[in-house]
Amino acid sequence: MLAYVIRRVFQSIFVLLMVGLVAFSMFRFVGDPVENLLGQERTQADIERVRDQLGLNDPFPVQYVKFLGNALQGNLGVSYRQGRPVSEIIAERAPATLELAGVSALFAVVFGIGLGVFTAIRRDGFMANFIMTTSLIGVSLPTFLIGILLIYIFAVELGWLPSFGRGETVKIGGWSTGFLTESGLKAIILPAITLGLYQMTLIMRLVRSEMLEVLRADYIKFARARGLSTRAINFGHALKNTLVPVITVTGLQIGSIIAFAIITETVFQWPGVGLLFINAIQFVDIPVMAAYLMLISVMFVLINLIVDLLYFVIDPRLSAGASTRGH
Amino acid sequence: MPTPLLSVRDLVIEFPTRHGPLTAVDGVSFDLAAGEVLGVVGESGAGKSLTGSAIIGLLDPPGHIASGEIYLKGKRIDNLRAEDMRAIRGRHIGMVFQDPLTSLNPLYTIADQLIETIRTHLRLSEREARQRAIGLLDDVGIPAASRRIDDYPHQFSGGMRQRVVIALALAAEPELVIADEPTTALDVSVQAQIIDVLKEQCTQHGASVILITHDMGVIAETADRVAVMYSGRIAEIGPVREIIQNAKHPYTSGLMGSIPTLAQEEDRLVQIPGSMPRLSDIPPGCPFNPRCEKVFDKCRVQRPSLIPVENRQVACWLYEDTGTSEVAT
Repeated sequence: MLAYVIRRVFQSIFVLLMVGLVAFSMFRFVGDPVENLLGQERTQADIERVRDQLGLNDPFPVQYVKFLGNALQGNLGVSYRQGRPVSEIIAERAPATLELAGVSALFAVVFGIGLGVFTAIRRDGFMANFIMTTSLIGVSLPTFLIGILLIYIFAVELGWLPSFGRGETVKIGGWSTGFLTESGLKAIILPAITLGLYQMTLIMRLVRSEMLEVLRADYIKFARARGLSTRAINFGHALKNTLVPVITVTGLQIGSIIAFAIITETVFQWPGVGLLFINAIQFVDIPVMAAYLMLISVMFVLINLIVDLLYFVIDPRLSAGASTRGH
Repeated sequence: MPTPLLSVRDLVIEFPTRHGPLTAVDGVSFDLAAGEVLGVVGESGAGKSLTGSAIIGLLDPPGHIASGEIYLKGKRIDNLRAEDMRAIRGRHIGMVFQDPLTSLNPLYTIADQLIETIRTHLRLSEREARQRAIGLLDDVGIPAASRRIDDYPHQFSGGMRQRVVIALALAAEPELVIADEPTTALDVSVQAQIIDVLKEQCTQHGASVILITHDMGVIAETADRVAVMYSGRIAEIGPVREIIQNAKHPYTSGLMGSIPTLAQEEDRLVQIPGSMPRLSDIPPGCPFNPRCEKVFDKCRVQRPSLIPVENRQVACWLYEDTGTSEVAT
């Protein structure tokens, strides 16, 4: 198992390097940051000086290696636009995105699994069919549209919830949280639903189809033949077996929740890293964009790694590879 | 005559289809005495497994019991509420399935599955249940049971897993065990062992057995009586010895004749010409009539019911006249 973990970690590092390279090379085509940095009255000498300062005159591979070297030391460069270290800006914005993503993921997993199990057990019930039909909407509507719809209903028409922003936040150490104030909690509801709805319906449909499959398995029939209660069969035997494949997809989806927060954050003007990234694109703020992309890929890779390791916890057939005694 | 342990009366199992219901099991009746081993043989699709599933109340929908009754110790069980039937499964009727590789939940240890089953039916503490589980594994011949009990199913071989399945089926001392092709998925070398374990354990626990198989050899060695099924009906039922040595129904004699023996040297294997009719076009009269060598007019028109002949019952018009008042068991 240790060999497996080490191999996976190396694979992850390789993936990160590749992502970094691709991202970094793409930024060269986004535009010239110097244009935005210097005002109308720039001279050619100014431009050259700034380019030199920023290291933009170095050959591309050198720029990349420099960037990586600095990143490894926690130095993600200085934002062209704000003139502050990128790590500082991101640290400031990250709590908003992570809280939003966390609540969305929780919403997606809890409701996804719950409704998935419900629709699988009550396969032909009216409610189950209704939920399945409605879930098609969740899968097919684009995120921004759902966000706008929710804002229209709950913020504009009903006036129950705020339509933008994070509400009041409380600082605990370096972390600003919205969980401790009423306005903060109210503000997170709509964006979290918007962001998690797609993942929720996806998980729900996946759980349902996996569970239907598992319920047909021989060991479920045998469990029935042993007279176990319906509850023990559905939740003890079927659900656990259902979750094995569901975990992978859920893990990947949690990664994309963080990544796709960009759209939701834009719709709800949520002050997170996604919004930061969108603003950075407008100003060709390469250090911020590069840092953001690296951050997202680190998240994805980490989550994947955790998912792979979770398999070992759930499925004994994997971890027992070495100790199989079969005869 | 004492109440039989199990009594099946005119059991009919149907599958609804767009072109009307298909009758997969049609008017099956038999009794099973306490401690008796009844073999059920027949080709695939003859309705053997469906009959077994119906008795334990686990017919896969849309299949359902269309008519008939099933009595366990004189109490009707085919129309019980789901929850009442659940309490009977495992406790009074146990079942062993064909494929031991898929019968056990791969994510739980043997101990988990045994203890869960035992504690569902018997009021025992976790510790007592575990002790009992180890005892059961010992009985079915799992070596070092107290250590192996915490292993997962994939750590056992197919034969060992089928032993575990038998232990699970017997965990709550059911009076009846239905074994549906318990050795079909196993290596030939362990089949005999598993049959021995099954028979020995059921005898020890005083359980009756319905042994569903297409292996006449297994029936010959194990069963007291045998029911031969064809097209969802019982063709012949009676004591194993008599039926093997002197089959009455033309289908049964064809079945016995097609078992190859080393003594006779033949170029070709003996077989019954034709194949079993599909459920959608079972011929009128006796379902076996298109393949029967001794067919006559009546067979094509009127369906024979079970006629008592000597110690057994035969569904064949050949015995209409010889059928005496002798009571078959």
